[in-house]
Amino acid sequence: MRASVIELEHVRKDFTLHRSAGGLRRERTVVHAVDDITFKVEQGAILGYIGPNGAGKSTTVKMLTGILVPMSGRIRVAGLEPSRQRIQLARKIGVMFGQRVQLWWDLPLIESFELLRHIYRVPAERYKANLQELREVLELDPFLRTPVRQLSLGQRIRGELTGAMLHDPEILFLDEPTIGLDVVARQRVREFLVRANRERGLTVLLTTHDLGDIERLSSRILIIDHGRIVYDGDIDALKERYGKERILVVDLVEPAPPLRVDGGRVVKVEGPRQWIAFERARTSAADLTAAVAAHAPLRDLAIEEPDIEDVVRRIYAEGAKRVTGSAERSSTA
Amino acid sequence: MAEILDGAALYLRLVRARLRAQLQYRSSFVLDVIGTFVISFLDFVVILIIFTNVPQLGSWSVAEVALLYGISCLAFALTDLVIGHLDLFPQTIRDGTFDLVLVRPRPTLFMVLTADFQIRRLGRISQAAVVLVYALANVSIDWTSERALVLAGALVTGVLIFIAIWVTVICIAFWTVEGREVANAFTYGGVTLAQYPIDIYDRWMRSFFAYVVPVAFVAYYPALFILGKRDPLGLPTWASFISPFVALGAALVALSVWRWAVRHYRSAGG
Amino acid sequence: MSDFLASLRLDLEHARRGYRRYEVYPAATIAGVFVNTVFGFLRAYVLLALYAHRPVIGGYDATAAVTYTWLTQGMIMTVFTWGWRELALRIRMGDIATDLVRPVDPLRAGLAMDLGRALYHAIFRGIPPFLIGATVFSLILPSSPLVWLAFLTSVVLAVTISFAIRWLYNTSSFWLLDDRGVMIIAGTAISIFSGFMIPVSFFPEWLAFIAHLTPFPSIIQVPVDIFVGRLTGPDLLLALATQLGWAVVLLLAARSVFALGVRRLVVQGG
Repeated sequence: MRASVIELEHVRKDFTLHRSAGGLRRERTVVHAVDDITFKVEQGAILGYIGPNGAGKSTTVKMLTGILVPMSGRIRVAGLEPSRQRIQLARKIGVMFGQRVQLWWDLPLIESFELLRHIYRVPAERYKANLQELREVLELDPFLRTPVRQLSLGQRIRGELTGAMLHDPEILFLDEPTIGLDVVARQRVREFLVRANRERGLTVLLTTHDLGDIERLSSRILIIDHGRIVYDGDIDALKERYGKERILVVDLVEPAPPLRVDGGRVVKVEGPRQWIAFERARTSAADLTAAVAAHAPLRDLAIEEPDIEDVVRRIYAEGAKRVTGSAERSSTA
Repeated sequence: MAEILDGAALYLRLVRARLRAQLQYRSSFVLDVIGTFVISFLDFVVILIIFTNVPQLGSWSVAEVALLYGISCLAFALTDLVIGHLDLFPQTIRDGTFDLVLVRPRPTLFMVLTADFQIRRLGRISQAAVVLVYALANVSIDWTSERALVLAGALVTGVLIFIAIWVTVICIAFWTVEGREVANAFTYGGVTLAQYPIDIYDRWMRSFFAYVVPVAFVAYYPALFILGKRDPLGLPTWASFISPFVALGAALVALSVWRWAVRHYRSAGG
Repeated sequence: MSDFLASLRLDLEHARRGYRRYEVYPAATIAGVFVNTVFGFLRAYVLLALYAHRPVIGGYDATAAVTYTWLTQGMIMTVFTWGWRELALRIRMGDIATDLVRPVDPLRAGLAMDLGRALYHAIFRGIPPFLIGATVFSLILPSSPLVWLAFLTSVVLAVTISFAIRWLYNTSSFWLLDDRGVMIIAGTAISIFSGFMIPVSFFPEWLAFIAHLTPFPSIIQVPVDIFVGRLTGPDLLLALATQLGWAVVLLLAARSVFALGVRRLVVQGG
């Protein structure tokens, strides 16, 4: 069993929202953004932290990185208390927010790295070696001298990743690292993370909407909804239980009554478009398509993978009683 | 000490990087400098117009008021050069980019104050300098080394006082999106107030804007000493020497308010 | 006739939209009132200091001067609106093309919206600072309904003139890549010559002469002088006629310059 590098015990964080209710009147509502969360992450893990928008993922990450102060509970990251030992912690962690620019907008990439080196006080030798390696792995050389504002999103994200890794962090926090990336860029980022995890023993905690990220990267997945952890376990078990069904979306030439095909059932009809759910283990997409085509002429079709938000909603709907996640379980994972 | 040197070295690096970035757009930069130079003359034109109607303002001549103006505006222009980007700080709170400051291994205030360095503010600096030179050429000063020292010191303490005021009031941004406007009332309001002899203001206003928000110590008390004038408000001569202490006090207040405010940061997006 | 009524109805809709746009930011309004009030006090005391030397300056006694201060602080947002760049931005971004395909005259729609905006600012940014000022100073308040009528007419004309001027300098964006230079020149000219910073009658004669050749005094000075009772009888009528003249001339100018810009846009592509 490896030592845990992230520990949360009964962590809570409320937000008070003020909404204008016309004129100068304001309504107050208290939101339990994080509501009694407890978990641990062992060194060297890649943890996928998922949940719908507003579920509390970002709030958790912000408390772990020292950005927000928890209301109650205990947090330890790399042996430090984030909000009190923010500066020491900052040297030990790397943070990347996919939607925010941490590099200097109007400076060439390499100059941003130079500044980061001094901000983090990275020894010259270490910096040189790290930069050399990251340049190779993330293929930065073609745009190393380009101002950040001129980079494509994919190039910028590679730059941001480099920026987050120059100081040899023990833990990397990634918030939506692949959002908006094309397939190639996304693949490159994932490969990089797997490699850094394997070779450096880097612990990674990533929040994402992309089930693909989770599937390729993490062994363990944590689902949060309404501020509570509703699933903690490995990805296969999750898929086995909740992601068995895929959806075939067909556009028929003519509107038709719900089709009756083997291995599939129609879940929704909208004009000539029908949604047919099927289980990946029992029916192949090809067979199902053939069966549909035999019933009615097809204009177009698409396959929808189970959406992570649907999965989360379904898990939540099933109630907290079946939740497998707990502090004991995660420490032995 | 090593900490301070390291911080200073990092600051120089950041400033150099800012300068390089800004000089990429040279023509726009020149236009900005000229523009601010012209605009900053506006309030001095008002002073000149005032003095075509009256020989004195309170017990102050036009050149003496120009000295107040020169000192306070030069101090403020230098402040603006160094931390003028605080104007945009409320925006970083609103959109949550302040998060990025909090994950750096440096004090937050250091990161925020050093985030930019706008050389186009040189326009304002040169305007204030022109007025200060005009004032010094036209007032009769019995120059002594103490007086020269007080003048130089006034600029340094003036900058420190303005930075302290700006940092203190910009903390409002942690609670309301209108932080910039309110902060402006104190910063721009403060420098406007300091351009005139404070004995013209009513007592309640003087007490608040001169002593609580200590802009009276930017130009007024140093100028009294340089000019060898007696304080019409009756404060003894030593008041002219306490500016550095006032500045330090204001800086300490600013630092504690900042720390307290950062702990109340709630980050955009929840 | 029904066409005419329909177009009036559209104007009213535009005006309502102009009003509503600001209504949704009450916090911004409160912050703005705070800033205007702080500067109101600063300016009032500076002007009062002049009256220690002379009882009447430029036709204003002390009460009129203080009233002038609070009235102008209240009118800043209503008529003056520094840095209005909406049109310039629409031209820059190419959004202006969508305005051109609509079956409404952009200038007329713009004016209607601006009058709506001005109404909001008159009520919520204009009245509060004046009332706050009135708690500390004794201010002039016209008792004759005729004076009020003349004042309100004058303010509407002032908003129209200010709008036309803003529209004119914004259209420079059709030709210039960087409109900041024009903005600065226009802003400076308006601040000084409108009598916003200091009454035009305080100017030295030559400067007042130049000011009166421009439309700028019609934006601030004329309404204020009506309010404090400096303009009465034939003078008042002449002043209103002058305002009306400027409004017509400037609107026509705004229309033709805008048409020229549009032609350039159409010929050369955006």
